[in-house]
Amino acid sequence: MTELLEILLSASFWAAAIRIASPLIFAAMGELICERAGVLNLGIEGIMVVGAFAGWMAVYSGLGLWPGVGVALLSGMAFGLLHATLTVPFGLSQHVVGLGITLLATSATYYAYRLALPQVTTPPKIDAFDPYAIPILSDLPLIGPALFTQTPLTYAAFATAALVAFVLFRTPLGLALRACGENPAAVAAQGLPVTGLRMGAVIVGSGLMAVGGAFLTMSAFDSFFFEMVNGRGWICIALVVFGAWRPGKTLLGAILFAAFDALQIRLQQTPLGAALPYQAFLAAPYILSILALVVMSRRAQVPAALMVPFRKGER
Amino acid sequence: MTPPSGETVLRLADITVRFGPVTANEGVSLTLRRGEVVALLGENGAGKTTLMNVLFGLYAADEGTVELFGQPLPPGNPRAALEAGVGMVHQHFALAENLTVLDNITLGTRSLWSPGAGRRAARAKVEGLATEYGLRVDPDATVASLGVGQRQRVEILKALYRDARILILDEPTAVLTPQESLDLFATLRKAVAKGLSILFISHKLHEVEAVSDRVVVLRQGRVVAEAATADTTRTEMARLMVGAEIATPEPRPALPGAARVTLRDVSTPARGTATGLRGVSMSLRAGLITGLVGVSGNGQSALAGLLAGLERPSAGEMEIRGAPSGPWTPRAAIAAGIGRIPEDRHGSGTVGDFDLAENAMLELYARPPFSRGGWIDRKAARAWAERVIDRYDVRCPGPEAPIRLLSGGNMQKLILGRVMETSPEVILANQPVRGLDIGALTYVHEQLLAARDRGAAVLLISEDLDEVISLSDVIHAISEGRLSPPFARGTMTPAELGEWMTGARFDDAA
Amino acid sequence: MRLEPIPAPSLARRLGLPAFALILTALVAMGLVALAGAAPGEVAWLVLKGAAGSQFALLETLNRATPLIFTGLAVAVAFRAKLWNIGAEAQLYLGAVATVVLGTGLLDWPPAVLLPVLAVAAMAAGALALLVPTFLKTRFGVDEVVTTLLLNFVALLFVSYLLEGPLKDPMGLGWPKSPPLIDEARLPRLVEGLRLHWGFGLALIAAALVWVIQTRTIWGFEIRAVGLNAEAARFAGMPVNAVLVRTAILSGGLAALAGFSEVAGAKGALTLDLSPGFGYTGIIVAMLALLHPLGVVVAAIFVAGIFVGADSMSRAAGVPSFIADILLASALLAMVLALGLTRLRIRR
Repeated sequence: MTELLEILLSASFWAAAIRIASPLIFAAMGELICERAGVLNLGIEGIMVVGAFAGWMAVYSGLGLWPGVGVALLSGMAFGLLHATLTVPFGLSQHVVGLGITLLATSATYYAYRLALPQVTTPPKIDAFDPYAIPILSDLPLIGPALFTQTPLTYAAFATAALVAFVLFRTPLGLALRACGENPAAVAAQGLPVTGLRMGAVIVGSGLMAVGGAFLTMSAFDSFFFEMVNGRGWICIALVVFGAWRPGKTLLGAILFAAFDALQIRLQQTPLGAALPYQAFLAAPYILSILALVVMSRRAQVPAALMVPFRKGER
Repeated sequence: MTPPSGETVLRLADITVRFGPVTANEGVSLTLRRGEVVALLGENGAGKTTLMNVLFGLYAADEGTVELFGQPLPPGNPRAALEAGVGMVHQHFALAENLTVLDNITLGTRSLWSPGAGRRAARAKVEGLATEYGLRVDPDATVASLGVGQRQRVEILKALYRDARILILDEPTAVLTPQESLDLFATLRKAVAKGLSILFISHKLHEVEAVSDRVVVLRQGRVVAEAATADTTRTEMARLMVGAEIATPEPRPALPGAARVTLRDVSTPARGTATGLRGVSMSLRAGLITGLVGVSGNGQSALAGLLAGLERPSAGEMEIRGAPSGPWTPRAAIAAGIGRIPEDRHGSGTVGDFDLAENAMLELYARPPFSRGGWIDRKAARAWAERVIDRYDVRCPGPEAPIRLLSGGNMQKLILGRVMETSPEVILANQPVRGLDIGALTYVHEQLLAARDRGAAVLLISEDLDEVISLSDVIHAISEGRLSPPFARGTMTPAELGEWMTGARFDDAA
Repeated sequence: MRLEPIPAPSLARRLGLPAFALILTALVAMGLVALAGAAPGEVAWLVLKGAAGSQFALLETLNRATPLIFTGLAVAVAFRAKLWNIGAEAQLYLGAVATVVLGTGLLDWPPAVLLPVLAVAAMAAGALALLVPTFLKTRFGVDEVVTTLLLNFVALLFVSYLLEGPLKDPMGLGWPKSPPLIDEARLPRLVEGLRLHWGFGLALIAAALVWVIQTRTIWGFEIRAVGLNAEAARFAGMPVNAVLVRTAILSGGLAALAGFSEVAGAKGALTLDLSPGFGYTGIIVAMLALLHPLGVVVAAIFVAGIFVGADSMSRAAGVPSFIADILLASALLAMVLALGLTRLRIRR
């Protein structure tokens, strides 16, 4: 018990939690935007792979770190455009298209990786983002090292969540997007372009997912390897449900989830960890996600028009 | 109302709209002047809604032009119509239920890229308009929490908020109580007095007579008559609208028999925003049509669901032919001899991608001759479908055609046929003629009367007060899940029933 | 410009558009091959030769197609009922686990008894794996796409635990691997002397059975009705949740047979790389087959041929074999688009 308390009160634990949460925050915000506009984006897992590779490759080829993030963003938006084109104007099954995008994005990334680095066995590392201690704030006890001694990309993740919340709930654009996810016919009747709004949401959302992927190679592992996304995309979909499609709650969910993840890594070093197989700890995040879905299923406010395609002039 | 002499604000010229082989509008011309109320009168399927969607820019016309305030309207763009000052109140409201009233009203009124929502100014304007036109509604309430009448006010406020100069109302009273309709007419008069012009779409003659200055009659997509309302009569309008004298079915006297279904203090749980039943008692007797009137969303679907087997009583008792209903499921309801005509023939009545044969046996597949020992007999299904198609005049390419190819009327005839051919003792007819043209409508009504005369107990649920009054031997009104006492044919006026529909009489009785 | 539905598309449209989709996909793949600096024509020829150029190649393709027929059927059956089973991978592994638990000496019965028992046990394990998300869907309304996806990861970790613990091969030299199946638990060859095991025969039988169930029985009628319009199915008196549960048992069982057949037929033991994504590829197979059970057989052989051919091509021409995955993923998307377009036309 004291061990657990010790872990929970250590700054390094919370620093790790925030670090683990960062890619999830980007990607979950991307998914949230898509779903608020009425499109389920199951391409998330593959788009994160693309982003991870694109950002890393860009930096490896000599681009700066921020331009690298930009490349990742664009790569995600490109796949988002494909997803949006198939699901919005053509109204095709969002399940099948999303899975198809994940398969396509993943295999295309691996192909490009093999083409770019045919001979390598251990992928090269890049000079990734370094932690930046925010003056004054980082001197605060506990939360200083936990929250304010992170890499700039982590700060960007939190800023993104705030921006998404502001746009969705405080601007006419956000209102229009949310209305698209509730009743697209109402949006069309007010003279707004439903197709354009939904496509825009999917494209921008996919860009954020890719940046989430890029966090893994540019601010965590400093390198790209196969299967590094490892279900994080699917977990983000669960996080959005857990967060009841609200940016603030989703952000909290991501941190909570990441804290559990950081905890299980540390618990493995304790006597409890020795008693249980390590696979049980590795499986915990996935099982936790499923439990979160079950618990939240009762009260969640699903966007009413989620997965409902819309064509002008039809009811 | 006084005949206005204002300038022309709207001119439709020679509008033709085709959907594949079907011509929905053909050479329709129409003008609307400032401060004028024009009624567009026509049966279901006459092309009224299509015409309004052209005017509003939801559809592009194949031929013809729309002119607003002397300017041509670019086709197929609702935005242009909105900006030119056209406001449309759709028959099925275009509202996002989980958003607030204010959000629904302001949606799309500010540039998407502007940084703030400007809620304070918007709220002030909405409150001002609400007072001015007598459209009281809480701007911060979510639409889901509002009743139908209030939702319509939101729709009208949406148009007024955008400074609409022309209001189009598509069957606005279809979902209102008679009292709410009067309130609506009062609002419309205020709007006209302020110089707005109104296009009022309806098939209800008395309303057209009450509110319009001029009436344009549409039949099979064409304008067949146009006249000042004062210069014409209801009979004349009816004849023009239908194209023949309407023979209202003169029901033979009813021969009531035993109670087939009895409800005693039955309650059902609310489902989301749908009201449940609250202590309902009624009986459906053999040889009677029992009509149910009410504003939509007051528990009709709960009562229909109960009879269809989808709902179970959470309190109270339900007896079928004098015996308790037992484990109550749709299959049990069918086995108990309840023939069900669902409200939504696309959603719950048929499987669109199944062919007619499969749809005809949809409720019967699990018993012989349609299946034996788990094996489906396609031949039996086909023979059955052919019988239904033949006897109920279902116009279709054949039993192997997917049912989604059929018109609403023919789809309804198939549903009617598959129900009637099993000679059910109880018939649940939920909105049986919604959206049907006059031919199909008359046919369905005749079949219901014939079933009654054969001794079936019929429950007719409809939002159309006139329909229920003309067909039913006994009428109940429903309001917020409560049921009025039964009223025999001819004992209640529409206005009196309206008071029960609003719930006012329940409070008196309590 | 806008899209409007076509009520009754012509046969030319229904066949032409999917064909066009496949051609378009092939062209995209060839472009990517050119990007890798190889000659597309030559690469295509190498793929074809690798997949069907010799008896060995052909048998290799059929062996690879076997698990894909099972997972393809699993997905096709579930998708028909709009039960989005993306967890065929997990069900496959659980089927394999059941086979290994019972087939490595615990039961020493003659093959004629043991093999059916193993198959049924595998199916039960796979069915169970899909019943959990199905129950969460019917009881709590939890979307099964996400739960089945997440359970894939859990199942793989579970297998990893078993292979390092209770099911570890004592002779395995530390490599995570189960002990080998006893001889009685191995599927015999379909034809003596040819490297093709009975799993393929079983897969063909399964496809035929599924087809009969879907088209001729009330179960199939219910599954199709629930998938096309669950509300109408419920209204018509069908037990929708029970139909979903039955579908889950069938689908999970079929996916588990892929695991059974791979262990008992091909590999003889369970390892962590038993399936290179057969469960996910099953989705592509099912969609290319338009969810038709007999089409699944054709699609699975086609997909297996692409994989086998690409492997052999990759060794010869140096184009990464991931080209096969790209080709199939784009074929999936192109096919979905083609199907959508058969029922839509562009107006003005």
